[in-house]
Amino acid sequence: MTTAAPPLPSVPRGRVKLLAHWEDRLAQGLLLTSCAVLVVFLLAPLAMILVKSTEDKSGAFVGLQLFREYLQNAALRDSAFNTLWVALVVTAVTVPLAFTFAYALTRSCIPWKGGFRLIALTPILSPSMLAAISFIQWFGNQGALKSWLFGNTVYGPIGIIISAVYAIFPHALMIVLTSLLLADGRLYEAAESLGTPRLRKFFTITLPGARYGLVSAAMVVFSYTVSDFGIPKVIGGNFSVLAIDIFKQVIGQQNFNRGAVVSLVLLLPVLLAFIVDWWMQGRQQSQFSARAVPFAPKPSRGFDLAMLTFCIVVSVFILAVLGMAIYTSFIKLWPYDLSFSLRHYIFGLIDGGVIDSYFNSLKMALLTAAIGTTLVFGTAYLLEKTRGMRTMRAFIRLLATIPMAVPGMVLGLGYIFFFNHPDNPLHFLYGGMLILAASTIVHYYTSSHLTAVTALKALDNEFEAVSASLKVPFYKTFFRVTVPVCLPAILDIARYLFINAMVTISAVVFLYSPDTKVASIAIINLDEAGG
Amino acid sequence: MRFLASKCWWQRVASVAIGGAMAWTVPALAQKTELLVYTALETDQIKAYEEAFYKAVPDVTLKWVRDSTGVITAKVLAEKANPQADLVVGTSASSMAVFANEGLLQGYAPKGLEKLSPQYVDPKKPPEWVGMDVYGAAVCFNTVEAGKQNLPKPESWKDLTKPVYKGKIVMPNPASSGTGFLDVAGWLQMWGEADGWKFMDALHENIALYTHSGSQPCARAGQGEFPIGISFEYRAMKTKKDGAPVDIVFPSEGLGWDLEASGIMKTTKKVEAARKLMDWLATPAAMELFSKNFAVVAIPGIAKPLDFIPADYEKRLIKNDFAWEAKNRDKILAEWTKRYDAKSAPKK
Repeated sequence: MTTAAPPLPSVPRGRVKLLAHWEDRLAQGLLLTSCAVLVVFLLAPLAMILVKSTEDKSGAFVGLQLFREYLQNAALRDSAFNTLWVALVVTAVTVPLAFTFAYALTRSCIPWKGGFRLIALTPILSPSMLAAISFIQWFGNQGALKSWLFGNTVYGPIGIIISAVYAIFPHALMIVLTSLLLADGRLYEAAESLGTPRLRKFFTITLPGARYGLVSAAMVVFSYTVSDFGIPKVIGGNFSVLAIDIFKQVIGQQNFNRGAVVSLVLLLPVLLAFIVDWWMQGRQQSQFSARAVPFAPKPSRGFDLAMLTFCIVVSVFILAVLGMAIYTSFIKLWPYDLSFSLRHYIFGLIDGGVIDSYFNSLKMALLTAAIGTTLVFGTAYLLEKTRGMRTMRAFIRLLATIPMAVPGMVLGLGYIFFFNHPDNPLHFLYGGMLILAASTIVHYYTSSHLTAVTALKALDNEFEAVSASLKVPFYKTFFRVTVPVCLPAILDIARYLFINAMVTISAVVFLYSPDTKVASIAIINLDEAGG
Repeated sequence: MRFLASKCWWQRVASVAIGGAMAWTVPALAQKTELLVYTALETDQIKAYEEAFYKAVPDVTLKWVRDSTGVITAKVLAEKANPQADLVVGTSASSMAVFANEGLLQGYAPKGLEKLSPQYVDPKKPPEWVGMDVYGAAVCFNTVEAGKQNLPKPESWKDLTKPVYKGKIVMPNPASSGTGFLDVAGWLQMWGEADGWKFMDALHENIALYTHSGSQPCARAGQGEFPIGISFEYRAMKTKKDGAPVDIVFPSEGLGWDLEASGIMKTTKKVEAARKLMDWLATPAAMELFSKNFAVVAIPGIAKPLDFIPADYEKRLIKNDFAWEAKNRDKILAEWTKRYDAKSAPKK
């Protein structure tokens, strides 16, 4: 599965003419390996879902009949419409928020940048459900801030939107931050010496440089909102969305066939996202050339103050959500008995078996981070910086955009159908730790991939050109130049995968076995128990 | 050494391998059999039941995969091509009926089966699933919020359709939750189709929202988010025990119910051990453990009265036909969805 650590080839050296040739072949071979991995762990399980969508409950082939039934059902059409507009609102709110936050962290001289970064990361420390539970406590019928909603109920689109913005913010921030991180200071210096106003610099240098990251972030936010069912399940009330329709079919009625149909409808936005991505590919210019000077922001009183205020407001908002959850965990009975109590911890950690499963979580998260980062960054590098096999490159790019729109539950189901099939030679993986890690990597592949690509796009291809002309093999350039320059993004990806692996439930819920039970499952078991 | 030398190399390898395997299997015979059990039981119940089972049957160990009824049912059905579990324990009888229809279970009559009430056991001979205990519909009524909002305590299902409760009630969506379906199927069986739907039409006017889990309504009522939650008795009891200001109402007309039931997977290779577990689950000792959590268990006369649950609870259960439920489930859910899901705008 590892792609970024190519074994030193035992090709006879010294035949300089052949060097470029086998090097390209090596890169292509590695790319093929990545492609194979994605096909086995993403496409094949999804294909099993696709097959289900053309069968009835007894397994007989019915063609497109289920799709036809689906389109004729008014309630389901409503959910499609609801899903669309809610996801659009969440995208329109989250991306500018994340961009401004990232802008403040990279382009201003505000203090406590590390602290803000850390706070902004906290929403991924818990399953998305927690946000919804916390918002009910703030804005629900017993909520402290109920009056802020002017008589509207939090159970419905309002609750879904604010919870989703909260939960998705760190995912968007990671990508946008990467796009702003690598900037060439010389461009700004030149602009400054020409007397360019701040606003004009922003529109002519900053924004074009971050364009790919912004579009990618928007794609991730949109697909995440569409495919997450934890939030609408808790706070959605009667407002129906597609992810809940899948939940009803798969968990409520065990009708995998109809669930498969809805899942495939969810994939439609991905096609759109892929087209946008493909269209953007050619339009992004790299800013960070070999002669670039890292950008260092200069203090500017008014601007810094505005940015600081913004960061504080966002951080307070994030901490308020987290704080409510922590507060509730320490009191006896919300909202009637607010005296201090540790009973939730005793019940939760000791009786619930969370501690036992904690080690499994740690192991799974380490596996996910190690394998995932290598696979994601290695593949992104090969895609961006090596040559040949154009069709396959497009194919891999398409594969990389799919996972975000596949609800984890559906991915998990596909894994059962595929890996638990008696004829599958990979059946031995079923029930093991590796399959949990694989499903988690695949589930969070899109945002990690887009972060890696955003980082690599900022890096000028001249590095590769120079290396090639000096007959330095690409993997040397990779380890000596690319990895060190992209280290912040690589660490971001590893951290992101690690944390998500610790808290993920959606795909894992179908795949864990008694020996690989992870803490997040134990917690969700308790959440169901504890309401 | 001479006889070793007289053999060719593969014979030597084989003899070493066989010897090794023998050395490994002889103690293995004395080792415990491990069963993989899928369950929807609560975490704390698993612990108590497991401890008692180990005392009674020391040579079997249990490995659990626990989740909500919906997830467990989906997992078992998704694994249909290559089942993993040896048994399913403590999962709703309606799910067990689905597994039986799919041919996933094998029949076995546990020792002492004749002591169990026949309505809590699969009618097939030998039964493919055997009940453990009963859970029925119950309503959580938040007395603090009711006081604030001047709501009288409801005593019957019909009471819940009174205009005073408009927007005050939450219930599980039968399309996402087994508990929700248990309620709907209960009303339809109790009053017949026409009156049943008429009742639900009236109730729908008062429902604030339909939740996607069976425990959520009581949890919400316990938090005072909505004063009335339609849920089931185990969850209601637990909410009250946790200290929430709720009264548990058992509507007078009758209560829909389901069972926690167990059965052996047809594909298990460990039939002996699986049968030992089934035998134990049908013993009075096991029933006594169940009765700590449930007011009605499969062997009559064992259950002791529980706090907050009336003594005549079992008499309030309606006559439940699992076969009818299974046959009509899709039809009922389609009708329900058509009536109440399409006008899904949240009410204030």
